[in-house]
Amino acid sequence: MGKDSDLCCDQLIRRFDHMTAVDQVSLDVPAGTFFSILGPSGCGKTTLLRLLAGFDRPDSGDIFIRGQRMNDVAPNRRPVNMVFQHLALFPTMTVGENIAYGLRRQKVPAAERRKRIAEVLEQVGLPGMSDRNPQQLSGGQRQRVALARCLVLRPTLLLLDEPLGALDLKLREQMKVELKHLQKSFGTTFVYITHDQSEAMVMSDQVAVMRNGRFDQVAPPEELYRHPATPFVAGFVGDNNRLSGEVTRVSGDTVELTLAGGAQVSGLAVSPGLTPGQQADLFIRPEALQLQPTVTGERLSRLTAGVVTTLFDGANSRVELEVAGQTLFARLPQDGSWTSLAGGHPIQLSWAPALARVFAGATP
Amino acid sequence: MRASANRLALWLLMAPFLLWILLLVLLPHLDMLRVSFQVRESWDSLAWGLTQYQNFFEESYYWRTFVRTGVMSLFTTALTLLIAFPIAWYIARLASGRAKGLLFLACLVPFWASELVRTYGWMILLRESGLFSTTLQALGLVDGPVEMLYNDVAVIIGLVYNGLLFMLVPLVTTLDGLDENLVEAGYDLGGGHWTVLREVVIPWAMPGIVSGCIVVFMLTLGSYLTPILMGGKDSAWFTEQIFTQFITRFNWEQGAALGVLLLLLSSLIVWAGLRVTGQSLRKVMG
Amino acid sequence: MIRSVPRSRWFDRLYLLYLVAFFLYLALPLLVTAVFAFNDAPFPSLPWKGFTLDWYLADGSAGRTGLFHDDGLLSALWVSVQVAFWVTLVSVSLGCLNAVLFERLEFRGKELLYLVMLLPLVIPGVILGVSILVFYSGMANTVSMRWQLELDLFRPGLPLVVMGQVAFITTLSTLVIAARLRKFDRQLEEAALNLGATPVVAWFTVTLPWLRPAIAGAAAMAFLMSFENFNTTVMLTGSDTPLTVALFNRLREGSTPVLNAVALLLMVGSAALAVLATGRSSKTA
Ligand SMILES: Nc1ncnc2c1ncn2[C@@H]1O[C@H](COP(=O)(O)OP(=O)(O)OP(=O)(O)O)[C@@H](O)[C@H]1O
Ligand SMILES: [Mg+2]
Repeated sequence: MGKDSDLCCDQLIRRFDHMTAVDQVSLDVPAGTFFSILGPSGCGKTTLLRLLAGFDRPDSGDIFIRGQRMNDVAPNRRPVNMVFQHLALFPTMTVGENIAYGLRRQKVPAAERRKRIAEVLEQVGLPGMSDRNPQQLSGGQRQRVALARCLVLRPTLLLLDEPLGALDLKLREQMKVELKHLQKSFGTTFVYITHDQSEAMVMSDQVAVMRNGRFDQVAPPEELYRHPATPFVAGFVGDNNRLSGEVTRVSGDTVELTLAGGAQVSGLAVSPGLTPGQQADLFIRPEALQLQPTVTGERLSRLTAGVVTTLFDGANSRVELEVAGQTLFARLPQDGSWTSLAGGHPIQLSWAPALARVFAGATP
Repeated sequence: MRASANRLALWLLMAPFLLWILLLVLLPHLDMLRVSFQVRESWDSLAWGLTQYQNFFEESYYWRTFVRTGVMSLFTTALTLLIAFPIAWYIARLASGRAKGLLFLACLVPFWASELVRTYGWMILLRESGLFSTTLQALGLVDGPVEMLYNDVAVIIGLVYNGLLFMLVPLVTTLDGLDENLVEAGYDLGGGHWTVLREVVIPWAMPGIVSGCIVVFMLTLGSYLTPILMGGKDSAWFTEQIFTQFITRFNWEQGAALGVLLLLLSSLIVWAGLRVTGQSLRKVMG
Repeated sequence: MIRSVPRSRWFDRLYLLYLVAFFLYLALPLLVTAVFAFNDAPFPSLPWKGFTLDWYLADGSAGRTGLFHDDGLLSALWVSVQVAFWVTLVSVSLGCLNAVLFERLEFRGKELLYLVMLLPLVIPGVILGVSILVFYSGMANTVSMRWQLELDLFRPGLPLVVMGQVAFITTLSTLVIAARLRKFDRQLEEAALNLGATPVVAWFTVTLPWLRPAIAGAAAMAFLMSFENFNTTVMLTGSDTPLTVALFNRLREGSTPVLNAVALLLMVGSAALAVLATGRSSKTA
């Protein structure tokens, strides 16, 4: 574990009756990082967070915060604070009292308490709201109060459990950006849980992708996007196309697959030891698919596909294609030249094999 | 460490509960049961025996009153349900907004006065020199004073009055939760008023009905003031006999036996009611 | 039958008539009781002889003793207040503890104990009184016979009255408080721990304030129930009689407008208490 890491977990395991909700999770979060844990619903994110906050105990493994072992420390003595999935603002207290709660427990004198409450309310953009009741606030404002309630304590580590889940889409977009700014201005380490990959991508310095209680990959967002380490990550993070086929040729890093219809496609081998005759999946991003070859000199992988329909969505317009029973999406260029592609019309797709990633197939 | 702290908390909370339920409820009732099986041989010696229960079955006065009390309590409960249901339906489903709250409040008001006050009110209304009698005379409908108090009808009027609130509250609460779409669907699928009431509304309201009936039945069976103050010479109530044994005759053994019998009767009827309607005590009371 | 389903006009009229009759039935006894508290006649009956406050204020000089000069009734009122105070205190405290026990802890036999907790609801009040009388007075008798020791506490009297009322009022206050505790979001306590509170502090700063309206409601209910109780009380009173028992004894001697005066006072008092309690709880809820 790194010396300046705020949070470090080693081989954490938490079992419930019939399942292992957190399975050998190790992580290392350097100070000041925005660290996200991304995974589908039910993969064990909340369970992991509750272990870190101390509401639940691991069956094995260790938790270190700033180098201190935390396993036997009661939740109220850990230097971590948590923003709950449903916020858990105290309904019997005003906004000010909610924020003062932690300060009172630390026996901060009244005058300083008032000062710090005013300060933190200013920072989260709710100046002068301290006498309101939480019930009188909008969803986004409540969100900020929950955040202020933790930040005012200047914790080493802030845990956030899908804090934007309850907000509507528009507010979520706005809060995403704000959270990132707040994290930067406070300099606090954030451990952020979400099942929304766009939240994780936009805000984080590091993202851990979690599946069935395990981490599949821990990397910065861009690396996660460009170099997914497992087929799950490739499929879960960002839009992706999957083409299944049989390996017919391996030359160095490049693998050639033959699809059911006989078409041949190639991409970069990620799984080690791919051999001809094996089933494999090729992942290629919609924006990597070119509808007309631009650079002729490069060796491109080519594929002829039938247009099913075009899906207009502004800058994100796509065309749905079909190849030997498998569906593909390709990004349409912005100039509008392709908006009238007719259904059933065959077109040629091409891509640089370095942009496509090939994993060994899960089932033969 | 956590486990032992939990055990400590459990015992700290369990102790007052056990003290209360044992010392104030279970032990006294067991003791009453014990005393009911005792027979006084002389002023300071007691023997075990069934004499008290024998007395109950041999003295027709006892068991007649017993049966009478049971039957009249059941009748009162049914009547209260019949009277309260349309009112509860109106408050829960037909009245809107403010009217709803006000009507409900109006139903609550009489019960902020004690049973004694309510009974007293009825006495002023019904007795020979009471309001009804005087009014009837003033209108020339009758020639002399009419006594409307001291008969079974008066007792039932008073008992129903006492039970109404305890029927209305659970009824209004359950009917309030009824989804109107269910009723609409009932009509939509071709049901008439009666079918919808029987097939949709009553099954839905069952927990409330049972809960209300249990409470009203218990209150009626155990009531003392109303039958005594409003009943006539020959309309005795079983609680009155228990009272007499304890307070006037100091015959505790006999009183205890009568108490046990009343408790048996009430438990039996409550249990039967729950069985017949397929409800559980926890569901309707807790 | 519901607003969206058409009804015949006759049905509507009948329904309305029924409602009016019902509320008349409900109001009439209370109205006459209240009105006759101010009739200037020695009996609470017609004809109306004019308005007077004698039944509250008369000092006995003109042959009339008003409520405020009637020492018997006033001391009975005071006895009732004392009993109600202790009953409220004990049954609400027990209710809080029981609510936590049944809503928060897991233990073997919980379902069964919960049913036992509900038992006092299905025991007639007279029987509750009788059983406590038999148990405690019997115990006092035995002790006095065997060891010449006088356990006056267990003779009929105010302590026994309080015990008898606590026996069933505790169940009611437990139900009221447990219902509110059930709606409490456990995460709020975790949030308090997370912000540095110990479990005990979290309980007092977060959970208890949440329960406060229910506790106030339970207290008002306990006070009213105790004040009005007759069936259990009558079996357990000694020389100091609470108000309902005193009123009952008076009533057997014959009714006078003083009883109406007391009745009206009781109605107003309990209505005020009830309004206070519901008003408070609806404000904080
Ligand atoms: N106390 C518990 N007892 C038994 N199983 C549990 C318990 N808590 C969680 N689980 C199980 O552990 C798994 C992980 O749950 P967890 O709440 O961590 O999911 P999550 O990733 O937070 O999901 P979501 O995104 O829906 O919040 C689930 O399958 C859940 O059923
Ligand atoms: Mg979760």
